[in-house]
Amino acid sequence: MARYQTNPLPEWLYKMFVFGFGTLCLMFLIAPIVLALVMSFTGGQTLKFPPEGFSLRWYQALLDPVRSSTEHIAAFNSLKIAALAVLGALLFAVPAAIGASRVRRNTANAIEPLLLSPLVLPSLVYGLAALIVANLIGIRPSLWLTIAGHIVVFGPLMYRSVAVVAQGLDPSLEEASTLMGASWLTTLRRVTLPLLLPGILAGAFLVFIQSLDNVSISLFLADPSTTVLPLRMFALIEEGLDVRVAAMSGILITVVLIGLLIGRRALGKSQTS
Amino acid sequence: MRASGFPFLVPMLALSVAFFALPLALLVAYSFAGETGPSLENYAKFLGDPFNFRVLLNTARLGLETVLGTTLLGIPIALLFWHSGQRVRQAIIFLTLIPMLTSNVVRTFAWIVILGRQGPISESLMALGLTGGPISLMFTELGLVLAMTQIDLPLIILPLVAILSRLPRNLTEAAEVSGAGPWRVFVTVLLPLMLPALLAGWILVYASTSASFVTQAVIGGARNVYVPQLIYREVGTLFDWPLASAIAVVLLFTTGILLLVLSMLSRHRRLVGHG
Repeated sequence: MARYQTNPLPEWLYKMFVFGFGTLCLMFLIAPIVLALVMSFTGGQTLKFPPEGFSLRWYQALLDPVRSSTEHIAAFNSLKIAALAVLGALLFAVPAAIGASRVRRNTANAIEPLLLSPLVLPSLVYGLAALIVANLIGIRPSLWLTIAGHIVVFGPLMYRSVAVVAQGLDPSLEEASTLMGASWLTTLRRVTLPLLLPGILAGAFLVFIQSLDNVSISLFLADPSTTVLPLRMFALIEEGLDVRVAAMSGILITVVLIGLLIGRRALGKSQTS
Repeated sequence: MRASGFPFLVPMLALSVAFFALPLALLVAYSFAGETGPSLENYAKFLGDPFNFRVLLNTARLGLETVLGTTLLGIPIALLFWHSGQRVRQAIIFLTLIPMLTSNVVRTFAWIVILGRQGPISESLMALGLTGGPISLMFTELGLVLAMTQIDLPLIILPLVAILSRLPRNLTEAAEVSGAGPWRVFVTVLLPLMLPALLAGWILVYASTSASFVTQAVIGGARNVYVPQLIYREVGTLFDWPLASAIAVVLLFTTGILLLVLSMLSRHRRLVGHG
């Protein structure tokens, strides 16, 4: 076949660009995570890369109840905040996602931007806004205020991943259940919620992970005596690069990897649609 | 009969209005609070100071440079996704979700190791004989842009991948049969279809970069100051909340301007075709 266009850039260059450069870009994306994981097993005193030897010494130091007591308290606080943020997200966002799949499309489209807007706003700005309100009504920064902030900011993640599943639900399944005499509560418990479970689990994981990671909200809403994990890591980094941060990173990356391997399908779906 | 949906929405709607929309409205109101009444004095105080103004420009530049970086690296990954089979596609999504879900502090920490004097960049440059002694990219804008590009890359890959995975694979056949080379197919068929995802990604990347307090503070260091640090300083050490509110509103405003420009561009017919 005759070619009408003259191509200034040859085809092999395109293949290089996509398969060669594209793969390099993918490696650039993942390399820092691999590096942090490798670094956590360093046997050395510093963060020299590649490490001079491998050991579990920094994990040992991190688990030592005396040496790392501050870190343990910070981790405990963070886990408590994250768990309660997930609980709050379940209570508010799951019903909302079910509701949105049952109202008219126009209504849902009108409401959704408001429900999702906390995901777009920098949490630093939200932290400041919440601090101003709390101060006006006389609430001092506390762990509970931080938890409330996390529910508001990360609840939409739960909403989004459940809504994706709820929208695809076949309404006739619920109708069949009610036709056979089940009350709406039974239908919800035995039919709707089990069908939504992948979305709920994906949402719970996302809320948990994001809450565990957040610095800005805790910075403004937690009282100064309550340390949380990311703030403690931030402090350890600023104070002169304690290698225990590498071990903390190793643990956090492992949590993400395990969660992703278990919930690969549901998470992929909630993030790409 | 299914229970009607609206009552289920009420709790979260109430939460969003009372604990999100109202505080935000109050923040804006606070930013206009003056000594004697509503005024623009906080804005004048912030923008009138040449140092602050330079910080604002630096923040916008950091955001735009990171948008450029993520675009340059995101498009090849998106094309790799497009030309790959189902298994590789799954793998690309998986490899994107790992860094995306990994703590920001962890990713920042990894970049401290990479950019530092004893890190892989410095070591390889020395091994190649390109530098005399160890070098550090910590506390430089280049180092920060590199780190932010990697940290925010998933924000542009995921929308691209979402669009591409919905397109039929034989989409480009007609163009290929009529003799268009792969570059031409990319520019005339794929790129216009990817544009909405790129626009969405640019907003996400810009908003995320310009507000990434931890990464900016740690990798930028004391010499490279950005807007979030100014907000934190006003709140945490100087206790000037109205001024902090005004700075926060300005930060949101810069993202708003980008959103406006991009949405105007996306309505431009030449760019998106005659949809």
